[in-house]
Amino acid sequence: MTSSTAPVADAAGAAVIDRSATMRRGLQFDRNTTFWGLLIPPSAWLFCFFLVPLVLIAVISLRPDLRGGLTSPFTPSLAQYQLLTEKANYFRLLGTSIGVAFVVATAATTLAFPVSYFLAFKAGSRAGLYLALLLVPFWTSFLLRVMAWKVMLGSSGVINSLLISAGAITEPLQFLLYNRFAVIVTLIYVWIPFVTLPILAALQRIDRSLFEAAADLGATPPRRFWRITLPLALPGVLAGFFMCFIPTVGEYVTPLLVGGSAGSMYGNLIQDFFGKAGNWPLGAAMSLIMLAGTLAVVSFALKVINPRDLV
Amino acid sequence: MSVPPSRAPRQSPVLGGYFALLVVLLYLPIFILVLFSLNQNTILIFPLEGFTLDWYQKALGTPEAIDAARNSLIVALGSSVVATVLATMTAILITRFDFRGKRLLLAAASLPLIVPYIVLAVALLILFSLIGVDRSLLTVAAAHSVVALPYALLIIVSRLTGLSPFLDEASADLGADYPTTLRRVILPIIAPAVAAAWLVAFTASFDEFALALFLAGPEPTLPVFIYGQLRFASRFPMLIALAVLVMAGTLTLAFLADRLRKRV
Repeated sequence: MTSSTAPVADAAGAAVIDRSATMRRGLQFDRNTTFWGLLIPPSAWLFCFFLVPLVLIAVISLRPDLRGGLTSPFTPSLAQYQLLTEKANYFRLLGTSIGVAFVVATAATTLAFPVSYFLAFKAGSRAGLYLALLLVPFWTSFLLRVMAWKVMLGSSGVINSLLISAGAITEPLQFLLYNRFAVIVTLIYVWIPFVTLPILAALQRIDRSLFEAAADLGATPPRRFWRITLPLALPGVLAGFFMCFIPTVGEYVTPLLVGGSAGSMYGNLIQDFFGKAGNWPLGAAMSLIMLAGTLAVVSFALKVINPRDLV
Repeated sequence: MSVPPSRAPRQSPVLGGYFALLVVLLYLPIFILVLFSLNQNTILIFPLEGFTLDWYQKALGTPEAIDAARNSLIVALGSSVVATVLATMTAILITRFDFRGKRLLLAAASLPLIVPYIVLAVALLILFSLIGVDRSLLTVAAAHSVVALPYALLIIVSRLTGLSPFLDEASADLGADYPTTLRRVILPIIAPAVAAAWLVAFTASFDEFALALFLAGPEPTLPVFIYGQLRFASRFPMLIALAVLVMAGTLTLAFLADRLRKRV
């Protein structure tokens, strides 16, 4: 009895194994074709419209000049980079851009921290609503927000006309618009809501029982803040800083709209070389320097922060 | 000195006041813009002179503005569809497959987040000049598809990582080949995230300016058009009205995207 059923069960078992093996092989085949079907379009797109163009910047920056047009053959040279080392004011402008980005990122992070703290610990059940309230301006058009500051700071703008009608001044203050100050104020304004997010994420992840433990051990509220809250929020604070700092270095739109010539930045110089000045090789060399600098800052930032901590 | 057992946050008038002040300051410039778009005077000076909807009428009655809006719509539609499709593919690859070069693909797809827009604009300008493609709406759309990809990817990946890998196996055990599993199981589940990603990509493209200024040809997108008109002081209120209309549109879309992302 048992001897007769055993082979049948075995055969059935073998058949099952056999079928699932075929199925797995079929599945593997499907997965392989699907894999290539999924891989090729995004890779090709990124290759053509992202990686190749970035490499082309490097190629064009090696042209000594634009004689014969962009496609004409040329002997590669470092003439543009040599020229850049001789033009001290170009590098000064890069320094200015980094300085502006540093001021903007520091101010935005400092101003955003109490907001994040409020949302994480004090806002209670209304936190979601408050956060949405904060993010609405961030979703309004960038151009609109920059235009808004033009209206606020202009010589016949809101601040000046209010001050004049209040009798505080008789002539409009000219230092408000078309300079570096206007660029910095506008950028801080634009970035605050965005910088709030990574800090908030870091604060929300702090285990609340740590505060109770610290309190039980006699730590005063300021001490709890300095020894628990701030160190644990630091990855979020740094992330916020870099998320603001990196794009601000390359910023050229805000200086264009509210900065005037006195407020122009490194990005505006690049823009000029690809526009009015028409010196593409030099502009390409400057773009490559900016790209290299950005990548250096990002790789440094990724050493200090783990991006997985932020999601 | 002990923390009260209740979970209710203690009130903090200082922080609350700071938050309120900051929100007011964030909204004030936008509020003032809306105010001026409804004001009769061309020059933006207080006191206001009287309520009017003329500027909105003028904005909608300017053919160039309507054309620019249509151009922006075309660019945003094209680039957001491309970005979303490519991001969905990349997201499935990253979360459902193990392969060599996975980190490379992820890095290449995330890199547009950090490359300064001016550098990318210059890079694409060089590419299109070299291959002899004139600047047009297509070149703007190509740039927008690249910068929207990482945002879309982030939204879709976060939905996919929450999915059990057993779903794929269960579907295979029931006889589905892998494309069918994707079509019938995975895609329907991540559909809300894909839609949210698409809306984000669309919104980001619609009012993008830094790349468009470099890559737009004779047909401007709406932000490029507005920028070009800014030097005419008399048209400023009309431009503000236009920008306010765009803001209303993007806010609606952003709100929809947020709703979709929260639907699980």
